[in-house]
Amino acid sequence: MSVSDQKLDLAAVRQRLGAARGKEYWRSLEELADTEGFRELLHREFPRQASEWQDGIGRRRFLQLMSASFALAGLSACTRQPTEQIVPYTHPPEAIVPGRPLFFATAMMVGGIAEGLLVESHEGRPTKIEGNPDHPASLGAPSVAAQASTLGLYDPDRSQTITYLGDIRPWSAFLGEAQKVAASQQASKGAGLRLLTETVTSPALVNQIKMLLAQFPSAKWIQYEPVNRDNARAGAMLAFGEDAGTIYHFDKADVILSLDADFLDCGPGHLRYTRDFAARRKLDGDRSEMNRLYVVESSLSNTGATADHRLPMRPSRIESFARAIAAGIGVQGVKIEMEPSHSEWIAALARDLQQHRGRSLIIAGDYQPPIVHALAHAMNHALGNFGNTVTFTAPIEAEPTDQTAALRELAGEMEAGRVDTLVIIGGNPVYNAPADLKFGERMNKVKLRIHLGLHHDETSDLCHWHIPEAHYLEAWSDARAYDGTVSIIQPLIAPLYQGKSAHELIAAFGNQSDKSGYEIVRDYWKSQRVSNTAGAAGGDFEQFWRKALRDGFIENTALPAKQVTLKFADNNPPAQNPQSAIRNPQLEIVFRPDPYIHDGRFANNGWLQELPRPITKLTWDNAALISPATAERLGLAYEISSRGGEHGQIFADVVELQFQGRAVRAPVWIMPGHADDCVTVHLGFGRTRVGNTGNGAGFNAYTIRTSDAPWFGAGLNLRKTGERYALATTQLHHNMEGRELVRSATLDEYRKQPNFAHEKEPAPAKDDTLYQNFEYPNYAWGMAIDLNACTGCNACVVACQSENNIPIVGKNEVMHGREMHWIRIDRYHQGDPGNPNTFFQPVLCQQCENAPCEEVCPVGATAHSSEGLNDMVYNRCVGTRYCSNNCPYKVRRFNFLLFQDWETPSLKPLRNPDVTVRSRGVMEKCSYCVQRINAAKIQAEKEGRAVRDGEIVTACQGACPAEAIVFGNINDKESRVAKLKAEPRNYGLLAELNTRPRTTYLAAVRNPNPELEEA
Amino acid sequence: MTKEDRSNVASVDTTQMPVIGPGHSFASVTDKISSIVLTHRTPKGWFIGLALSFSLVMILSGAVGLLLVKGVGVWGINIPVAWGFAIVNFVWWIGIGHAGTLISAILLLLNQRWRTSINRFAEAMTLFAVMCAGMFPLLHLGRPWVFYWLFPYPNTMNVQPQFRSPLVWDVFAVSTYFMVSLLFWFVGLIPDLATLRDRARSLWGKVIYGALAMGWRGSARHWHRYEIAYLLLAGLATPLVVSVHTVVSFDFTIAILPGWHSTIFPPYFVAGAIFSGFAMVLTLAIPLRKFYGLEDFITTRHLDNMAKVMLATGLIVAYGYLMEFFMAWRSGNKFEWYMTMNRLRGPYWPVYWGVLLCNVALPQLLWSRRLRRSALALFLLSLVINTGMWLERYLIVVVSLARDFMPSAWGMYRGTVWDYAVFIGTLGFFVFMMFLFIRFLPAISIFEMRTLLPEAEVKGEAKEGVKWKEGQPSTV
Repeated sequence: MSVSDQKLDLAAVRQRLGAARGKEYWRSLEELADTEGFRELLHREFPRQASEWQDGIGRRRFLQLMSASFALAGLSACTRQPTEQIVPYTHPPEAIVPGRPLFFATAMMVGGIAEGLLVESHEGRPTKIEGNPDHPASLGAPSVAAQASTLGLYDPDRSQTITYLGDIRPWSAFLGEAQKVAASQQASKGAGLRLLTETVTSPALVNQIKMLLAQFPSAKWIQYEPVNRDNARAGAMLAFGEDAGTIYHFDKADVILSLDADFLDCGPGHLRYTRDFAARRKLDGDRSEMNRLYVVESSLSNTGATADHRLPMRPSRIESFARAIAAGIGVQGVKIEMEPSHSEWIAALARDLQQHRGRSLIIAGDYQPPIVHALAHAMNHALGNFGNTVTFTAPIEAEPTDQTAALRELAGEMEAGRVDTLVIIGGNPVYNAPADLKFGERMNKVKLRIHLGLHHDETSDLCHWHIPEAHYLEAWSDARAYDGTVSIIQPLIAPLYQGKSAHELIAAFGNQSDKSGYEIVRDYWKSQRVSNTAGAAGGDFEQFWRKALRDGFIENTALPAKQVTLKFADNNPPAQNPQSAIRNPQLEIVFRPDPYIHDGRFANNGWLQELPRPITKLTWDNAALISPATAERLGLAYEISSRGGEHGQIFADVVELQFQGRAVRAPVWIMPGHADDCVTVHLGFGRTRVGNTGNGAGFNAYTIRTSDAPWFGAGLNLRKTGERYALATTQLHHNMEGRELVRSATLDEYRKQPNFAHEKEPAPAKDDTLYQNFEYPNYAWGMAIDLNACTGCNACVVACQSENNIPIVGKNEVMHGREMHWIRIDRYHQGDPGNPNTFFQPVLCQQCENAPCEEVCPVGATAHSSEGLNDMVYNRCVGTRYCSNNCPYKVRRFNFLLFQDWETPSLKPLRNPDVTVRSRGVMEKCSYCVQRINAAKIQAEKEGRAVRDGEIVTACQGACPAEAIVFGNINDKESRVAKLKAEPRNYGLLAELNTRPRTTYLAAVRNPNPELEEA
Repeated sequence: MTKEDRSNVASVDTTQMPVIGPGHSFASVTDKISSIVLTHRTPKGWFIGLALSFSLVMILSGAVGLLLVKGVGVWGINIPVAWGFAIVNFVWWIGIGHAGTLISAILLLLNQRWRTSINRFAEAMTLFAVMCAGMFPLLHLGRPWVFYWLFPYPNTMNVQPQFRSPLVWDVFAVSTYFMVSLLFWFVGLIPDLATLRDRARSLWGKVIYGALAMGWRGSARHWHRYEIAYLLLAGLATPLVVSVHTVVSFDFTIAILPGWHSTIFPPYFVAGAIFSGFAMVLTLAIPLRKFYGLEDFITTRHLDNMAKVMLATGLIVAYGYLMEFFMAWRSGNKFEWYMTMNRLRGPYWPVYWGVLLCNVALPQLLWSRRLRRSALALFLLSLVINTGMWLERYLIVVVSLARDFMPSAWGMYRGTVWDYAVFIGTLGFFVFMMFLFIRFLPAISIFEMRTLLPEAEVKGEAKEGVKWKEGQPSTV
């Protein structure tokens, strides 16, 4: 290359620099090859060719070269460097030891309901979310959404500036505007002021809102979010005449019936419920009893997949089913109409429930109409479960309302022009309000629209003011958990952008507009403290405050149990309910929140987009789920593309779903176990204004969701379009092909033959190997996974992704079969595709003692450690991929391209500094969180002792709400993992290949009702 | 038909066809072969062919450039199918590279004199095929720039390759094979290079051929040393013919994957390699003899013999298929059996049936003598066999990986445009090199051809002692 060529390069480079000032995208799915080259050019001290011109450099040539180098050096000095202040600590904070993480307790809200968290912070930046073991709602396990929230915090697509009509404004300008609003509304007492929030449980925020409403008595506060609990609330009203929070006690329940309730995977308290439920299914030690779960549901959920008996049923039929059960167990005055086909099932179930009076539990799903909730309450009452397996409290929301009705009223007022100022705090009603309310259209009739949100989203687009919201890890707040326990939400980091919390926004309209969120929350609790404990104050409060922050929750704030009296009378006979009246096989539509991106709020979170959905294993898309029989009837199918195959690209038929005069196009996914004659669509996809990751993923099911059929409705028309759409799945194959991968038995079989898991495939003897066996003199790390406890929730997958800096690859690469998750949850179906048995199996590196991968690596990049780990040496790996080919478990992941984002500045603090960030061309895989093992070993060595059992918790183990994963030292016969491995149910996956895996599984045991088994 | 005795020695062919056309003398052989290089006007077709193949080489460089810039992800490989076209092509090319050494070394040692007219370009073909093959293991690495870590070289960290891995054995096997083949070919070229040096008219020709001839003067001492060296190299090369593909087959057999883990692979791979190698020799020889009018040197007898070798090795390959099937059934191993059924009925069924059609069914036509002597039929059949052998490697590599032990991890693979670009690019590179070779070096060994002439027969020396060295004339 000559010097003149370099000048051309410089021009191109300058052009690039100019362009780079715009938005920096976090993970564009196209590779940024040109960018890479450029960066390298800048970072190399001399231009590439300088080192190659070795011979014959004359004086002129030398000067030419030097001038080119100087030009480039000058250029790299001109790049936009991040402003970093490298001021060292003059007085180092006591707690911070560089390299050692700190943990802070805080809480995250979804749907207004808090879950207690511990957040790992490295030198002041939160990197990993763990559950708070003391918090009643989690007992140590974080939810999927919480774990992915660190990525949400560092999301480069978050809105970063306050804007007014698209122009950047300072906060002071907004304060001025807010004061103007306050002044102008003063006269009308706020008649034109409307406050729209999501569900609020925060005592401090409610207090603020109430103060604002006191100032403007005619103003209104509306709470709305699309995934609300209106049905549960109305059901309680129907049953008790008052609203009540319902708390289930799975630890006491022997027989559980779920009426379309996915209590293991979503809803308030699901982490705690999973823990309690799974504890009753474990059979280790001397435990030999299990609970029994019946599930009646439309779409196969994690709860349904875990059930001992499951009945797929259209949602509209569940009401009549509930009536039949209610009648069967002797609830007075229930009107029955039930087809005879399930009569045996119902009879057996009713008998089972009656045999377990006081130890049974019936749960109605939030998606079922109020009458089903009322019936469930009545049944629980009739079975004597009140006070035992189910208790009641006052509602945890400060102001529980019928959210859909409230939003409808607001829409009407907007239409009528009665709203002058609409302040939208969180939420995204333009995107997710019921379609019939035409919220977006009507919003234009409001004179001043203000939106607080994490992203400049669909709603912000239609608002005058957009205020970037502070992420929960950046702002102070408080919230209640499912049982009412209050947590103080404390920030881990100062707002990355100019984010403001809801507290600060509301304060802007009041007298103390300059008060910080911290002061607001603290002052509120100070005032509470003073008023609660008259006399005690001051120093006492400081103690209370510190303890609350350290514990992550305020002691004794769980709402007290409340006595309710059942006033339920079935004066609402079945025929009057229009939805259950439909008997002809007309198609029904079923709406469900997405298990990961929820109502769409997490749509820009790549971890969640790429997390395979529990049953369908779909990523980056939603689909219209239908049963195999219905698909056949309607002539719908899919085709496996040879690009990735069953583990990649699937071409699905595209249909048009027409419901109540609205239509949306959706790809069809055939789901075994789905109820016939209904179509499930998941909400939250099809976002248009959320960010580079979420835009355009999936279709927007809100476009056909109306306020009168929020969860299901009959009269769906489905039209085949003849088009096909490529979906990305990570596991289509659901047949075990007769292999003993998930081994299972019924409880009776297990009692008769505890060794059932070893009958078919005995493992070979230890000496059957050509090579010498390894010795493990000190530690021998091992893991046991209880398949009986696993609910397939994927929490471990996202925990691993967060802990181990695992990149996302995007839909295109998933379609190629190149996703990078180190742990995956295999899902298998067994039996009738109409209603199969479903099993989950988390598969991570099995850390074989006889590892096939180690033998074939030509450069020794995967090697056996003295503790039995198959260590991966990234910087030695040349990328032959032979190890993956020879791995029977296919748990190795390869960086086919540069999957990791090395560029985006905001993602750099996200990464775990203890784990290598892998580059292109190297193999990677589960390491049993070797960084955690080593941290514990160092600590133990410093203290002159051995690592204690339970001291090392792998990321997946820590995230498992069911405690299905146990890790430890198998050389220590007293360790939990060694004891589990001594269980008869313990087996090694594909152990017949003589791999001798360190990860073993405890075979699944189901507890079917013997009556139904025989039938 | 003058030398029935020699024909008898040369082959089991009872048809007694000559291995060189009638009416040739020492001078005419030399003239005819060297004229292609020295005096003939380069035909237009050569330029067109060279340009076409060079454009494919450009595609290759483009595809490789992209590969190096972006990573192996531009290919279709994934998890579970982490090896794709690259390894398929590697094994295929290595297989093709077998015929040359087999013809030169083994047939030499076995005194099969008909080999003489085809050994030179078969050896060249071997070299170019091994070059093509050698590209793939390098390019398929995730980080090709550190390929040298596979060699045991002294380094300050004292990190050495992991010798239990067959990939390391591969490095040695393939590089040794290449080196020995190159030496063998070059040593065999020296007398002819001297001929060219002597006949060249241009200065450049004289200088270059002269340098390459390494001072060959054709003295008896030269011939003596040459003969010893050539014989030794033949002896060295002979085990390599067997070992290279055996080691390549270890890449698969050492793994535990159903469809790879099989003890029959080494012989079956070697037979397959010879099968495809001879097919490639035919693919090249038939157009060559046609366009350069070399029917006198590459006679119907050659075609017939090569067809017979193909038939024999094809039958061994067919036996290998049968045994794989039988073993899958007899072992009672459910993974093996599923693998077999998956080949027959799985998503890749066209591949397996294609393999059976191309490698087992159609080669049976070679039982027909008429077909064995039809250049056109053999040419077409050689293409079929080359395709079939490529498909066989695809079957082994891709189809086995796509569905192994865990149904949850099953997937599929298909080549992307860049997979094809690299493959077609290496085909282009191969043809390009062959074009250059034909133009600049004697494609048929001049001095060895001369030994086939009746004049070369040293009177009175016994038929039983017909040595490969008999009657070597000095250069003219």
